[in-house]
Amino acid sequence: MSVRPDLTWPEGGVTRVPYRVYSDHEIYAREQARIFRGPVWNFLCLALEIPNPGDFKTTFVGETPVIVTRDGDGGVNAMVNRCAHKGALVCHEQRGNVKSLTCIYHAWAYDLKGNLKGLAFKEGLRGQGGMPEDFDVSQHRLESLTVTTFCGLVFGTFSPDVAPIEDYLGPVIAGNIRRVLGRPTKLLGFQSQMINNNWKLYAENIRDSYHATVLHTFYTAFKVNRLDMDGGIDVSEHGWHHMSFAKRESWVKDDQYDGESIHASKYDSRLKGPALLEAWPEFPDGITHCIQSVFPTLGVQMTLNSLAVRFFVPRGIDRTELFWMYLGYEDDEEWMTRIRVNQSNLTGAAGYVSLEDGCINEFVQRGTRGSPHQAAFMEMGGRDVAPSEGSRATETALRGFWSAYRELMDV
Amino acid sequence: MGDAVSAPVARRIEDFVTDYAHCLDDGEFEAWPQFFDENAHYQIISRESFEAGLPIGVMHCDGRGMFEDRIRALRRASIFEPHVYCHLLGRPRIFPDDNGSYGVRTNLQVLRTMQDGRTDTFATGKYLDRIALDDAGCRILERKVVLDSRRIDILLVVPL
Repeated sequence: MSVRPDLTWPEGGVTRVPYRVYSDHEIYAREQARIFRGPVWNFLCLALEIPNPGDFKTTFVGETPVIVTRDGDGGVNAMVNRCAHKGALVCHEQRGNVKSLTCIYHAWAYDLKGNLKGLAFKEGLRGQGGMPEDFDVSQHRLESLTVTTFCGLVFGTFSPDVAPIEDYLGPVIAGNIRRVLGRPTKLLGFQSQMINNNWKLYAENIRDSYHATVLHTFYTAFKVNRLDMDGGIDVSEHGWHHMSFAKRESWVKDDQYDGESIHASKYDSRLKGPALLEAWPEFPDGITHCIQSVFPTLGVQMTLNSLAVRFFVPRGIDRTELFWMYLGYEDDEEWMTRIRVNQSNLTGAAGYVSLEDGCINEFVQRGTRGSPHQAAFMEMGGRDVAPSEGSRATETALRGFWSAYRELMDV
Repeated sequence: MGDAVSAPVARRIEDFVTDYAHCLDDGEFEAWPQFFDENAHYQIISRESFEAGLPIGVMHCDGRGMFEDRIRALRRASIFEPHVYCHLLGRPRIFPDDNGSYGVRTNLQVLRTMQDGRTDTFATGKYLDRIALDDAGCRILERKVVLDSRRIDILLVVPL
């Protein structure tokens, strides 16, 4: 189905990335087959988006439109949003609640698990027309994905060859997702951002701890007193996923983890509205900033008290839609929500420490145009894929991404 | 539909809402915080999130300091490709509220022109304002910029 592109990876392995991978349509098509329909767990939605029987949400796995449903038994199902008859979208709305999924074109109706239940004029009209006698509804269902849920994150895969989700994530990544999403959450906000770059540039960007304080100069411009420079990078086995974290030492010693300690945890700065960085130590481990990636297109962040799930969807070779879902915990008090709202200014399309990412990946897309045979150079922090204790001046997590990519793409 | 406002009051509010847009279009960002009350609340949020009652949008300012920080960041910290806005406003519809201030809705469209000459529709939606008017003039107590789309093109650094 996808012919191996005549791509020869440069000498230097995962420390080099041939620019062609960001702009070659053949490679893009092969990614759809070998990555998004390959042995990966694709993030589909949050379980909290479909709490009740009949709830559905539409999303994408690569370019493939997908429906996620909550069925009458409380189970979560996912199937391709493509009618088994003529291929029309079955759901053309983003979300809703339905008894069954019915294609509007010829009323082919499916249950919430994607099984075909009936269709218009199956027996014909007045004895004329209709489906042949041997037509069997059980042979025509919506193409299904295997679904799994972990800490409120719903994942789906087309592949029978993927490990169970916790094995896929590995203990470090699974452990940190459990740390931040292991209790009931609620949605506080939702936005998306269209960025004009290949999806892999954002996958690299979220793993790129090297650029964080170089490109995003907000903290230095406001002389924010950052005591939290103690941190590092952890990568899962084989490098597929990563976690970047920073600790604020003073929080480690602070044994008060309630509202009383908010002001103690303020950052000194030249901010005229210091409420922006009002925070409280949400976890007793002293980690104040944590961003993690899950291959291929998921990110989870907990920066100060700003909890968000990001995921990105390729919208063509040089366009990517980046979704931001801001969360709080179900039992948050009002002051906690207020703090999370203020801190939401840090990230997202208008985020003080993220807005540059909206254009920087496009600059790479534009800069590499016309140079398919040149390659990126990424040897910061070494040439291997390994955890980096104590330093985030490393590109180890990017090399990890390319290691996964090369394995799946066989390039 | 509520009490009518006098023509002179309506005129002052309409001028004020228009001046605000011209201030941003002309790049006079340092003047932007001064359109707001000391304790004003400002939020850019998608229509979808606004109607769902979600508290987090795309940009929030609570109190004058946060407005000034936005401008300082825009001038000194944020890195982005130069661009300008052109706000096209509909006629403000003004209703007195119970607190002696005015509720104002103004539809807006914002065209963004990049340095390479490309012009796009960057945003459409509405301002939902509470505006105070006294001898000192108008000031915004609250402005919600409700955008029709959830999707921001590239990034949002200059306020709307």
